[in-house]
Amino acid sequence: MNEIELLEAVQRTVSRRMFIKGVIAAGAATSSVGYLFRGPAAVFALPSIQGSVGRLVTLNVNGQQRRVDVLPQETLAMTLRYKLGLTGTKLGCDRAECGACTVLVDGTNHYSCSMLTRSAVGREITTIEGLESEDGTLHPVQQAVVDEGGFQCAFCAPGFIMSMVALVEANPNPTREETAQALSGNLCRCGDYDKILTSAMRAAEYARREA
Amino acid sequence: MAEKTIGRDIAPPDLVAKVTGRAKYAEDFRAEGMVFAKLLASPMPHARVRSIDTSEALAMDGVFGVLTADEVPQPGAPNEPALTNEPLYEGEAILAVAAIDETTAADAIEKIRMDLEPLPFVLDPLDSLRPDGPNARLDGNTRIGREVQTIKWSEEDFAAAADGHMPVGQPGDEWSYGDVDAAFDAADLVLDETIVHQSLTHHPLESRSCMAYWQNGKLFIHGSTQSTARTRAAIARGLGLELHDVVLIAEYCGGGFGSKISGSTIMQVPALLSRKIGRPVMLRITRAEETYLGRARPGFQAKAKIGYRADGRVVAMELFIVQDNGPYGRSGDFRTAADMASLTYQVPAMRFGGVSVYTNTPPKSAQRAPGGGQITSMLEPIMDKAARELGIDRVALRHINVPDNDGVFGPRRRGLTSAYVREALDRGVELFGWEERAARSGQRHGSMVTGIGIGVSSFVGGSSGFDGLLMIREDGKLYVHQGIGNLGTHSIADTARAAADVLGMPWDRVEIVWGDTSRHLPWSAVQAGSQTTHAHTRANHAAAMDAKRKLQEIAAGDLGGSPGDYETGDGRVYRRNDRDTGMTFARAARRATQLGGKYSGEELPEDINAMTVTSAQALAGEGLMGVAKDTYPHEGSTFSFVVGFAEVEVDFETGHVVVKDYTAVTDCGTVLHPRSLAAQLYGGGVQGMGMARSQRWVFDPQWGVSFAKRLYTARPPGILDVPLEMKWAAVGIPDPQTPVGAKGIGEPPLGAGAAAITSAIADALGGRCLCRTPLTADMILAAVEGREQPYGPLETHV
Repeated sequence: MNEIELLEAVQRTVSRRMFIKGVIAAGAATSSVGYLFRGPAAVFALPSIQGSVGRLVTLNVNGQQRRVDVLPQETLAMTLRYKLGLTGTKLGCDRAECGACTVLVDGTNHYSCSMLTRSAVGREITTIEGLESEDGTLHPVQQAVVDEGGFQCAFCAPGFIMSMVALVEANPNPTREETAQALSGNLCRCGDYDKILTSAMRAAEYARREA
Repeated sequence: MAEKTIGRDIAPPDLVAKVTGRAKYAEDFRAEGMVFAKLLASPMPHARVRSIDTSEALAMDGVFGVLTADEVPQPGAPNEPALTNEPLYEGEAILAVAAIDETTAADAIEKIRMDLEPLPFVLDPLDSLRPDGPNARLDGNTRIGREVQTIKWSEEDFAAAADGHMPVGQPGDEWSYGDVDAAFDAADLVLDETIVHQSLTHHPLESRSCMAYWQNGKLFIHGSTQSTARTRAAIARGLGLELHDVVLIAEYCGGGFGSKISGSTIMQVPALLSRKIGRPVMLRITRAEETYLGRARPGFQAKAKIGYRADGRVVAMELFIVQDNGPYGRSGDFRTAADMASLTYQVPAMRFGGVSVYTNTPPKSAQRAPGGGQITSMLEPIMDKAARELGIDRVALRHINVPDNDGVFGPRRRGLTSAYVREALDRGVELFGWEERAARSGQRHGSMVTGIGIGVSSFVGGSSGFDGLLMIREDGKLYVHQGIGNLGTHSIADTARAAADVLGMPWDRVEIVWGDTSRHLPWSAVQAGSQTTHAHTRANHAAAMDAKRKLQEIAAGDLGGSPGDYETGDGRVYRRNDRDTGMTFARAARRATQLGGKYSGEELPEDINAMTVTSAQALAGEGLMGVAKDTYPHEGSTFSFVVGFAEVEVDFETGHVVVKDYTAVTDCGTVLHPRSLAAQLYGGGVQGMGMARSQRWVFDPQWGVSFAKRLYTARPPGILDVPLEMKWAAVGIPDPQTPVGAKGIGEPPLGAGAAAITSAIADALGGRCLCRTPLTADMILAAVEGREQPYGPLETHV
């Protein structure tokens, strides 16, 4: 880059150092390293046999033991979506802002985009795909959402539903305000919060009936 | 006869897929051998690529190829290419790399040597209008007609800006009607306000990720789009392909709000990269990338001068709007804003001027209630100020101004199909408890001060002239083919109700065919601008009437009598006087196949679109076809209306605003689906609240780079930002000029929500209109404490 032209064209008063700082602050080119999908190319970089054996882990997902090849830095969302084919778990942001990737880990709702897969080894992972019974009966929370005609675009729905499941198990009799608090880690861009709250209240009612 | 489906709460047929995770959005698809693409984004707001060296990147293991701007279509200025050698905003894509995984693609991008020549840039449209101000584009700073031109104002034009007032100079667009000057002279009150409305990114929760591959010369593309038929057409046009060489799969769309109307230019990247390297390519768009590539609502800096009669009637208006256009195309928001102001207040004499100025900020597009949202949220608090000064009730001021069925709007004084805004106001006053609440306005409890707000919002409620296509198959079911998209409004199912009810078909025997252009879809409206409900209840009604006539003719031919003796219902066509004489739809479908001709779609109407013809030809011979173009007459334009009411509490110690209550009442004609209508009223209202209170752009003025490129900085509303319970109602009077009576309702809820909040906050501040959005806590606190605001009165992106 021609420093003199830069200075003339953009700002007459700044130094190259400041410009570089500005560009670094912007970080436009590859701003979200943690969001990247890491796949088979890692093989090129690692001593193959030893590396790949060390990467095989067993995950308990939706009641099944799944053997999967996981890199140390891989997030649970990426493993679920790209290694286990569980695409119901969505990615809506670069990291921990929207809750679309919410799954249950030992019954607690977690952002799977911000949890390393390796830290979920030995724990019970439940995704949206794991809520239905084997005979296709919907989970009471899913049924409540259907009965209320819940969600619009529904990209946030799997995450919200997982948070609702965690809520009704922890607090079977929540107030509307407690429900809003419990779901406040999930974002709905359609702004369908009223229907989401009503669905969650109905979900709690269904869950109480089943209990 | 089956129960009518219109007006009932029926869950859309795709809901179970949505709650079980089976619904597949663009990024959920996989193809054999699929690889990943990453974009090299411009780090500068305006630059020219001097040279690019990709050799080191291409030499890496696992890298399959690079796509540069020279390999994508370059539409003529000022239109947007998918990749560019002259980036016009920070984050614009310069090239793309395909690799075996994203890490490798990102590493490869780091290895690309690129020499960029920085060019002058501008973020604030007013800066570009200054005599010596920079232009965002090398060829000019605005578009007039088809041409990119340059408008500069004189120092005298900017004199008003010195004391914080909106300067007015040469416009790019203008119109007027009536004797505006005489009307201002005769006015009892004239208010002259300066308005600043921010630009804001749409941020649908699903970014515009896209996966593409080619088979036998055909492009298969999985994208996120609001429309289906029209997106396929846009992709084909953009890439210079024949329509039949593009298969678009887009059954679900994770939100668009105007940012994905007919797809997205960036879809060309995986398509062309895949063709180049011979593998399926997935391009995942990050949230930060979505900020850059994902479109935004254009901001306004404006002057609103309004003349009133003593009874509150608006007698004259002058609007001058400088619009932040972004770097490409031309946004129509500022013109729509003037039309909406003219309509909502039935302004008898009005002058509009405006200029849409190119800036080096992310590209703009329609965002829910484009133009209408901005002007409604800005003008309503000014209407409140007038009511206060004239000593009249704020609802009364609206009552005297809003349109009825005789309303006209805009410079051409066009008429309306229907308008029942007064009825909506009356209903809202009752439902919200306006009298009682307005009496609480300004009351203080501790540090909390109550504000009561009202917002009247108008927007286009429909188009017409599209095609309907449906089949009654030998299984006796009705298959309604929909070329519109499935963006979450449920209109993909709800507009099919028009067909079900014409035929008296029980809803559980209606199948919706949608979202995949290989499934033979008709030519349809773009799923935008609140067109769909109106346009496609009409088109489906027309197709169902065609099917009904054919059923009646088949029954009469086989069973005797004349076609008019037959009625349809419950999946049968039967004699009116003798219900036992008739046949099932299944049998009629078999007869249609045997008879051929028009009955089975071998002969088609001449006025339907070529795409519908192709789809109908593919379906011909598979049962009884209903196919027709909507030619139902209507005079005047179709508009829907929402009146929003809000109660807020403003904390005078922190500037924080709590929205306590919200009520929305609409005139959108016949209600198709009450629960989905509520979702539009509330959802649009919530988005409006976000626009009024928190959503924004912040740029570093020195480097032209964005600071608000993530959700937590762009700040759309969360569940704790909205009232725990809200109320709604619909006037429910059918529009007399459309067969089902239903008008579109996507857009106007946004302006109502935004304006109810800007109005309520101004009310809590004792009637002081800050006349800008978003109204953040620091701005409110500075106003409460009488301190100077930390930004200039005309400053944007703060």
